[in-house]
Amino acid sequence: MTTVALKPATMAQALTRALRDAMAADPSVHVMGEDVGTLGGVFRVTDGLAKEFGDDRCTDTPLAEAGILGAAVGMAMYGLRPVVEMQFDAFAYPAFEQLISHVSRMRNRTRGAMPLPITIRVPYGGGIGGVEHHSDSSEAYYMATPGLHVVTPATVADAYGLLRAAISSDDPVVFLEPKRLYWSKDSWNPDEPDAVEPIGRAVVRRPGRSATLITYGPSVPVCLEAAEAARAEGWDLEVVDLRSLVPFDDETVTASVRRTGRAVVVHESTGFGGPGGEIAARVTERCFHYLEAPVLRVAGFDIPYPPPMLERHHLPGVDRILDAVGRLQWEAES
Amino acid sequence: MTVMEQRDAYRPTPPPAWQPRTDPAPLLPDARPYRVLGTEAAAKADSELLRRLYAQLVRGRRYNAQATALTKQGRLAVYPSSTGQEACQVAAALVLEERDWLFPSYRDTLAAVARGVDPVQALTLLRGDWHTGYDPYAHRVAPLCTPLATQLPHAVGLAHAARLKGDDVVALAMVGDGGTSEGDFHEAMNFAAVWQAPVVFLVQNNGFAISVPLAKQTAAPSLAHKAVGYGMPGRLVDGNDAAAVHEVLADAVAHARAGGGPTLVEAVTYRIDAHTNADDATRYRADGEVEAWRDHDPILLLERELTGRGLLDEDGIQAAREDAETLAADLRARMNQDPALDPMDLFAHVYAQPTTQLLEQETQLQAELDAEAAGPEGAVR
Repeated sequence: MTTVALKPATMAQALTRALRDAMAADPSVHVMGEDVGTLGGVFRVTDGLAKEFGDDRCTDTPLAEAGILGAAVGMAMYGLRPVVEMQFDAFAYPAFEQLISHVSRMRNRTRGAMPLPITIRVPYGGGIGGVEHHSDSSEAYYMATPGLHVVTPATVADAYGLLRAAISSDDPVVFLEPKRLYWSKDSWNPDEPDAVEPIGRAVVRRPGRSATLITYGPSVPVCLEAAEAARAEGWDLEVVDLRSLVPFDDETVTASVRRTGRAVVVHESTGFGGPGGEIAARVTERCFHYLEAPVLRVAGFDIPYPPPMLERHHLPGVDRILDAVGRLQWEAES
Repeated sequence: MTVMEQRDAYRPTPPPAWQPRTDPAPLLPDARPYRVLGTEAAAKADSELLRRLYAQLVRGRRYNAQATALTKQGRLAVYPSSTGQEACQVAAALVLEERDWLFPSYRDTLAAVARGVDPVQALTLLRGDWHTGYDPYAHRVAPLCTPLATQLPHAVGLAHAARLKGDDVVALAMVGDGGTSEGDFHEAMNFAAVWQAPVVFLVQNNGFAISVPLAKQTAAPSLAHKAVGYGMPGRLVDGNDAAAVHEVLADAVAHARAGGGPTLVEAVTYRIDAHTNADDATRYRADGEVEAWRDHDPILLLERELTGRGLLDEDGIQAAREDAETLAADLRARMNQDPALDPMDLFAHVYAQPTTQLLEQETQLQAELDAEAAGPEGAVR
């Protein structure tokens, strides 16, 4: 057995590689969006694709998100697999009508005759010092729309595997890319990046016995850091990375919380009406008799995303997570 | 050199020469809606085509009447009639080749039917048993679209994709005057022109967006004038003149197929009936206006032309009406049967593979149905 050379790579590089491999493997895959061609995207995720595959396969579109997604619908109707880029989270809002009124339900309204295999790449979340409309976490809107898959990677390997899976999915996938992890590096084997993750499976990133941190996307590294810090308090935290918000992996989450008996949901998005409410409810319904404490949420505040100089106060950090863990009534244990 | 001296020494150069990118003149629409019937141009019209258009107009009028009647009987939840607009509907369907695509709005049931969609299947959206009753690929008719103008970018994307694949397919997308105010109208027009996509946009200007008249909808000289801003030709046509609508659309389709890019066609017509059966049109328009448009009826215009040229006689008119009656009787009979619905279909087409959550809900509904079927005595407590 040969040892595979693992090299450091960024999430952005893995995403680019996923797009390139998908385009090479399937001529029906088309990348489109504002600035994705010559510039290679503002985050350079589509770098080199126009040069390698031509303007018809990697297309700079007019600046119009509804038009981008609406045109992608028509292209998908004709047998293509469009991968559209929304550039920044809040820039996707003009495309919401296309997404919600058409993309999500075309399969349903046509009794399966007209599935739309569209991947919608949305760089999302804060922590990069972006100005207004550049840091929203809009996953709750997508989660609330039947017919969409909602996926968000937290590691370099998942960025590759999940994007490949999203592009080959016969259903529309909202692929949320945590902006602040674009340049985070993992050890990854770019020579054999063929591990395509199935959509809909969560993974235990760090096993533990004291409590489960249920999280995804940009909050995964924060939770792992919190879990390390918690060791000093004698707490052994398990970290579950959801990876896919829709479909939701009840099995992995439930198994983890039944083992630990305590759970905290962590995400950047607002808490009220946010994903954490749904997750906490599901956990409570399935694990009530196993729970030693109520399921808590550590989320962004219920405010419009703050200006960049204040965002560190809004984003769930290690301390806030540890505070919540502390509120899980440890005296009940032992 | 002091700052003040520097300022005085500065001589601005003139900006680089600027020219309009395209001469707008050829893109501008005709000053008046183009007409064929009742003009010298009629003599050149294909008589066989005129006969086909006539037969379809008569069928369409009867279909509209029958569907409206079905709303009164509670068989349809709602029906947006295209009475008075049949020429646009029929011409849009007949102008396309089999490989082309039609993108209808919710008022364009008739266009779908004229293109070959089963008349009952075309009404399932409005009956309420399923959103789209027909397979869009069977006749290349996209689902009837309820949100305004959102089907237009789909038409652009499909036409663009077809061209990328080397197919000479044209997409014809229909929208109303109100729909031209929507952002998706703008984005679709812009994408189509930039991509030179083989698309024809047909705006049926029927005077009102529910109750709002065109004057409150737009300040443009005409809706066809909007085309020039996108760099595509705009054409203005009498929407009640089936021969004229067909000719203008045929030119636009040929232009698109030959690689010439999109065209915006505005057909000036009138909605004789209310917006839907749920609307009271007397609140926002005068009877006299409706009567004036009745005198410019699309069927009468074509009938006059055909009979004047000896292409149609009383027997022919009678035959067309009988054919339309047959269509209406068949529609009535089939719509009066209760559709067989399977509640489990609710879960069948949400995703390619149902999620575990949907599987759980499917089990729940099945249990509810089983309990319902067992009746009160079958219920176990």
